[in-house]
Amino acid sequence: MTAESGIGASVRRKEDRRFITGNGRYTDDLNRPGQTYAFFVRSPHAHARIKRVDTTKASKMPGVVAIFTGKDVADSKVGGLICGWLIKSKDGSPHKAPPHPIIALDTVRHVGDQVAVVIGETLAQARDAAEQVQVEYEVLPAVVDPKDAAAKGAPQVHADAPGNLCYDWELGDKAATEAAFAKAHHVAKLDLVNNRLIPNAMEPRAAVAEYDFGTDSYTVWSTSQNPHVLKLLLCAFVLQVPEHKMRVIAPDVGGGFGSKIFNYPEETVCTWASRQIRRPVKWTAERSESFLTDAHGRDHVTHVELALDKAGKFLAMRVDTHANLGAYLSTFATSVPTYLYAPLLAGPYTTPQLYIEVKGVFTHTTPVDAYRGAGRPEATYLLERIVETAAREMKIDPAELRRRNFIPPDAFPYQTPVIQQYDIGNYHASLDKALEMIDYKGFPARRAQSEKKGKRRGIGFSSYIEACGIAPSAAVGALGGGVGLWESGQVRFNPTGSVTIHTGSHSHGQGHETTFAQIVADKLGVPIENIEVVHGDTDKTAFGMGTYGSRSLAVGGSAIVKACDKIVAKAKKIAAHMLEAAVEDIEHERGVFKVSGTDKSVNIAQIAFSAYVPHNYPADVEPGLDETAFYDPLNFSFPAGTHICEVEVDPDTGIVDIAKWVAVDDFGTVINPMVVEGQVHGGIAQGVGQALLETCVYDKQSGQLLTGSYMDYCMPRADDLPSFEVGMTTTPSPLNPLGVKGCGEAGAIAAPPALINAVTDALGIKHLDMPASPEKVWRAAQANRPRMAAE
Amino acid sequence: MPTVSMTVNGKTVSRDVEARTLLVQFLREHLNLTGTHVGCDTSQCGACVVHVDGRSVKSCTMLAAQANGASVTTIEGLAQGDKLHPMQEAFREHHALQCGFCTPGMIMSAIDLVKRNPNPSEETIRHELEGNICRCTGYHNIVKAVKAAAANM
Repeated sequence: MTAESGIGASVRRKEDRRFITGNGRYTDDLNRPGQTYAFFVRSPHAHARIKRVDTTKASKMPGVVAIFTGKDVADSKVGGLICGWLIKSKDGSPHKAPPHPIIALDTVRHVGDQVAVVIGETLAQARDAAEQVQVEYEVLPAVVDPKDAAAKGAPQVHADAPGNLCYDWELGDKAATEAAFAKAHHVAKLDLVNNRLIPNAMEPRAAVAEYDFGTDSYTVWSTSQNPHVLKLLLCAFVLQVPEHKMRVIAPDVGGGFGSKIFNYPEETVCTWASRQIRRPVKWTAERSESFLTDAHGRDHVTHVELALDKAGKFLAMRVDTHANLGAYLSTFATSVPTYLYAPLLAGPYTTPQLYIEVKGVFTHTTPVDAYRGAGRPEATYLLERIVETAAREMKIDPAELRRRNFIPPDAFPYQTPVIQQYDIGNYHASLDKALEMIDYKGFPARRAQSEKKGKRRGIGFSSYIEACGIAPSAAVGALGGGVGLWESGQVRFNPTGSVTIHTGSHSHGQGHETTFAQIVADKLGVPIENIEVVHGDTDKTAFGMGTYGSRSLAVGGSAIVKACDKIVAKAKKIAAHMLEAAVEDIEHERGVFKVSGTDKSVNIAQIAFSAYVPHNYPADVEPGLDETAFYDPLNFSFPAGTHICEVEVDPDTGIVDIAKWVAVDDFGTVINPMVVEGQVHGGIAQGVGQALLETCVYDKQSGQLLTGSYMDYCMPRADDLPSFEVGMTTTPSPLNPLGVKGCGEAGAIAAPPALINAVTDALGIKHLDMPASPEKVWRAAQANRPRMAAE
Repeated sequence: MPTVSMTVNGKTVSRDVEARTLLVQFLREHLNLTGTHVGCDTSQCGACVVHVDGRSVKSCTMLAAQANGASVTTIEGLAQGDKLHPMQEAFREHHALQCGFCTPGMIMSAIDLVKRNPNPSEETIRHELEGNICRCTGYHNIVKAVKAAAANM
């Protein structure tokens, strides 16, 4: 039975039944008796002083239950939201952490900043009344670009962050890097922007908060990727509620991509307000609110230089980045452009010296935090663009240049000069397989054929590595992280042999209900239909850290394996008693416990029954078969691979057609290939979105969000994308019991440089900032026509 | 408040609703048919697609009153008892969903497109589904599922 449902099988997803029949239960689908509705009054200005908030007229509107302003919140001593990762500047000083109130008190700092909340009997009544809240603003100058914000004389976002600087951070050996540059044969240089993105999980954020006066406790349903962490933040840092008086439930969640990791003002306000009015409060974001308030991603402005010797060996790299943090620090904002970014600039290469400087800058824009890949896409884009540039400038084949600089497969474990020690990998194998799959040798002929049609064809490479499976708690703590990043797993046998798994990870599309069940099916021989995975409820699951950073399987899956190990250890004792044998003579394989060298055996279901009906049972063993394990990883995991894409550009329209996309990834052991391929497809689509279609635009003068709806922000649609060819190579991680690495972010990390390398190759130009929109591509094609003289 | 009556998934329903009530609000809030989702406020995402008199419609773009007297089918009305519609089966078989939020609208649009194009090419499928946004799957497996379902419908 486990052959079809265990590790390595493309088991069809257990969770799909409810989703394909309309029986999913998302937060907005839930309603509580006596429920009210919250509607937020938001700032129409990027930067303004609040002179007066007049709620007189609004409070007389039909159905208004209450209206709260920043003053009400401040008067009730509610804390501000916190950022949980301490970054120290070059001079050793801690990052600037200005207050982040859940409703603005005297100043608004981005369009959409919340100024008041109206709570009504119906949503329509709350919305109608919100229109009658009169706010008098004194509009102030705003700044939206991170380099502009860091310049002298820029409008200041926070009085206690002079120069809008949150931190000025560095990593690497500056002197050794300079010395290596002095000896370089060639230096490749690029200035580039990693464009700002808006995450756009299809389910808008939502919350339902209920305060129970009788027990003085709260229940909060929220669209969270990590309900336990949200509970900890709400209780211990913001609302000062004891943790045993709060339950947070993240039911079905419609995508996250990072944006639902964080503690936001809205669910915090709903929770606080539910106590003030002693009724449940529901809030669901309109999509326009999602655009304005979901934490955005990326937004780096960078100068990079790569030094090479005559043979094309990388000698050193230096990087200077301005990272936009937005108006306030979101929950993990500080870590993304520092520790999740700079160490990854070593990539899959042997570059001996790196020096990276990052200025984290406040602007009058929505807070910026982790978005699918978080720091690693920014690093990979930079690295793979500069490697490609160096290859072109030195006239070395781009695949060959990468090969010359890859860490060789026999060099692991490999210590990079910037923190990380890679456990295992074979980068040559992924590159070679990708070259074969795309038929690299046939490219010149395909290019010639495109040119006959008046099109320009280009090929683009991206060899990436990422650090995920985050993360060893001690390592994270040493780098400034404010939390442990272990995971919990509980394997509970029911008396008749079925199993309930409780995990602290959270699935919002990743398919844990299937893949985690496969692990237990494989280890304990339980039919997969007899296994249920429970997640997303702080009252049902031991503490957990949630899902982000491709960590669920490597960390959460490993915790489940450890719990299975405990089950087996106990089951052996029970089996020994049942079979009248010594414990050391009991062998276990996939749920069958056998006396060694005999045909006497019992199975796990029989053992479970005996454990719960212990009429004939070993005296020194507790009844029950239910084990919990907490797993703290030994290291990050390091998925890697090569993506290659071919594009055909129409110089007359600027339209980029993706002719072919090949992805070869090494995720270590794969539990469910179907699910993994799905993650790769989705990741590539988001990466292609960034490279070709999506970008968040603020007006430089007014700070208005110009891409505030699906009519202005170009989401990838079905007809923008090709089908993808996905291949795998495998080097199982030696550092976790499953040998897994994580696959959720790889596509989004690998795709953007592959696409821009292909587009610039097609156009014969050095660089084009993302997204490669038809207008930009058309202009570049017109300016650079005909193709390079040599061709 | 005006009274709105229609047939939803084969059953006649009648409710007094505010005139400004959208069809999607009528389905979700008045009939508790929460399988139809709201993913945007500009009629772009397609999470709310249902069938009105056999044609796919974005139910956030239509007032409930406009559907007065119509026959509406939602995602909850597709399966015949325990037997799933071939499109539902194909979405599961080909892993055409991840978070599941866009899925009901996607399935409703896909059924309509196959009705009009019984043997659709990949290009036709991609073009026809342009009004349904999925952020998870990259559409690769959705296209596969629609092709497979077309062969079984």
